[in-house]
Formats: sequence, C-alpha cells, structure tokens
Amino acid sequence: MRRTAPVVTAFVAGVLVTISFFFNEQKTLIGSVQTEILNWVTIIFGFALTLGVVSITRVNFNKIKRRQEGWFYSLLVLVSVFIMAIPSILSSSWSPLFGRAEGSIYDWIWVRFSEPMMATMFAMLAFYIASAAYRAFRARSAEATLLLVTALLVMLWRIPMGEWLLKQMHTSLPDWINVYVMNGFNLAVQRGIIIGAALGAASMSLRIILGIERTYMGKG
Amino acid sequence: MTTYSVFELWIMAFVTLAIFSFLYKDNPVYRLVESIFAGLSAGYYVGLVWDTVILQQVVTPIETDGEWWLLLPAVLGFLLFSRLTRKYSWMSRVPLAFVIGATSGIYLTSQLQGLVLPQIRTTFLAQPVPGGSTDPGMMIALSSIVVIGVISTLIYFYFSHEHKGALGVTAKVGIWFIMISFGAHFGYTVMARVSLLIGRVQFLVEDWIGAMTGG
Repeated sequence: MRRTAPVVTAFVAGVLVTISFFFNEQKTLIGSVQTEILNWVTIIFGFALTLGVVSITRVNFNKIKRRQEGWFYSLLVLVSVFIMAIPSILSSSWSPLFGRAEGSIYDWIWVRFSEPMMATMFAMLAFYIASAAYRAFRARSAEATLLLVTALLVMLWRIPMGEWLLKQMHTSLPDWINVYVMNGFNLAVQRGIIIGAALGAASMSLRIILGIERTYMGKG
Repeated sequence: MTTYSVFELWIMAFVTLAIFSFLYKDNPVYRLVESIFAGLSAGYYVGLVWDTVILQQVVTPIETDGEWWLLLPAVLGFLLFSRLTRKYSWMSRVPLAFVIGATSGIYLTSQLQGLVLPQIRTTFLAQPVPGGSTDPGMMIALSSIVVIGVISTLIYFYFSHEHKGALGVTAKVGIWFIMISFGAHFGYTVMARVSLLIGRVQFLVEDWIGAMTGG
C-alpha cells in the first residue's frame, strides 16, 4: 500500500493527461481532463508551499524553545513571517491595509523591504562572479581561451564604451558578435541543449508513468 | 513612479548597506537583515497562496459555481502535511505522485511536440540574419554554423558510445561551440549583475544621499 498507491496514482494521472492530449478540449470530456488536472496540480503546489512555511516555522520555533545558538535570528524569521502573512490573509473588505492590493501592509513591506533586499542580494553576485572569473578564466587550454575571449567580447559589446572600442578594432566587429556569436554559435548550442534536455525529459516522463522510475518516493 | 518618504528611504538604504556589509565579512547586522529577508519571503508566499490558490481556485469556484470536486485536490494537498508526522508520512507520497505523474504526462507530449520537433525543423531552415540583412553569404554562413553547432552539441552529450574517430572529432567541435556559448552566457550574466549593482549604487547616491542633501 505504501509504495503501490503512489505508483498507481502517478500512472493514472500520467495516462489520463497523455490521452487527454489527443482529444478536443472544448468538445470532449476527456479533452478537458488535462486542464482540470493542471488546475489540481496548482492547488496541490499551493499546499506544498504552505507546508514549506509550516516547516520553517517549526524548525525556527524549536530553535527558540531550546535557546540554541542564534535563536534570536530564528525569532526574527518567525516575526517577519507573521508580519508579512497575517495582514495578507485578512480580508481587504475590513481595511485597505489588509489583503495584497496596493496600499496594503503586505505591499508596503514588499516594496520597502523585500525588493531592495532582493536586488542587493543579486547585485552582490557581481562581486562573486568577478572573483570566480578571476580564478576560472585562465587561458590554459584552447577551450578555456575560447570561453575567455567570448566572455570578454560579449561584455565589451554590451557597454557603449566597449562597443566603441570594438569598432576601433574593426567597424563590423559589434555586428559580427551579434550575428555570429549570439545568433550563430550561442543559438546552436542552446538549441542542442534544449533538444537533448527535452528528449531526456520525455523519456524520464515515460519511465515515471510506467513505474520504472520511483526515486521521487524516497526511502521507506 | 513610487515616491518614498525620508523614513522609507532610510529603511531601504539600511537594508541595502546591511546586505553589502557581507562583502567585508559575515556580521550580526547582515544576519539580522538576512533573517528578516528569509521570513518576509516565506510570509510573501503565504499571502500569495492564500489569495491565488485557496481563495481563487478552491473557495470561490466551490461557493459560486458549486465545483465541489475541487475539494479532492484540496484533500490531496492536506495529505502533504502528513509528512510532519512519522507514522503517516508515507501518505504524503500520494499527492506527490499525482503531481509528478500529471507533470510527466504533460511533458511526454509537450516536450516532443512543443520543443524537439519545432527546434529540429527550425535548425534546418535558413536562419534569418539579425538586422534584416539579406546578404546570401551571411545567411549561408549563419545557417551552417547553426546546423553544425546543433549536431555537434548533441553528439557531445551522447555518451552511449566512446568518443573516438568521427564521433570524437564531432564531439570536439561540440566542445568548442559549447565553450563559445558558455562564454557568451557568462558575459551576459556578468553584465546583468553589474546592471543591478549600478541600480543599487544609484539608489544610494541619488535617492538616499540626494534626499539628505536636498539634491
């Protein structure tokens, strides 16, 4: 039961969605199954996100209860979760401060706290990327040199001063980068990776539906 | 454009500088702001799920249209919480299997129809030259690069046979293509991050310091 029920569920869901693909969505019941099941998946996904939040709350609550090292930071996490969550789930008909619309507490915190913090976190990656590049970009082989030269050319091409510099070397150099590097070499590799990954995803899907691949269930 | 009060600008500048302080080393101010960020992000999803999933996709359709069968995915969703108990945690596999099975069903058809076949087809068509150039030489060169690049990249990732002889040479060409593409991607990523960094520095200099100096 513990392992059979999930395998049967995955098989039924997978087969129903696959069969549904071959029927008209508007005219047949089986054709509309795919859309309905997708809707169900979104609902379950929502519960999964909530489970994640419950899990964060539980872990941090236990840390505070046991006064473990850094418990104060756990307290901050919990307070932040509730400050953001509680006003957003209260009905906006009670007060314009509730709900998720513009002018609500949720929106205010998001714009004044979360957005600048998120942008700064990503901006900080510029420094780490530069440090990684310093260590990784050594022209030790022909392949590494290709990577280095292309990265430098693209970075120069993306800034006005760099583009001017490239034009000094050859007037058509910026255009060649756009045509041959970005829309030639780069496009070809992306397409190759997309085709390969899609074939892999399709074969893995078949293995899951047929119950050959069961690693998603974990152990026990 | 949103306008901010001086108090709000100070909050935004404080969180920005606190996060940048990590560039020096891990410190209590960074950890304080990091904890707030983690908590707010989790709280953000509670609000999002409550509004877009629970209310819009479960409660409202059941109340207004009588779509009672939507209780079934809600029950499946609740089963996920059995993971929090030791005895019944196996029950959480059922909704998980449902999601994975349904997603596999979608992938099985959509990946082949929506990605593999159209991408192969487009590869063997004449490639349009960016900028609208109709120079046949450019078009032939670009189309050849794309065909050779796609085939050699696919062969590089084909591991069922040892890369020897013709297969080895094609795989080697594939590596060169992949290196050029990764270089281009790296360049693009760096520029995107630098652009974000410029945005934050602009905020600090123009908005925050500007507001203090009356500029």
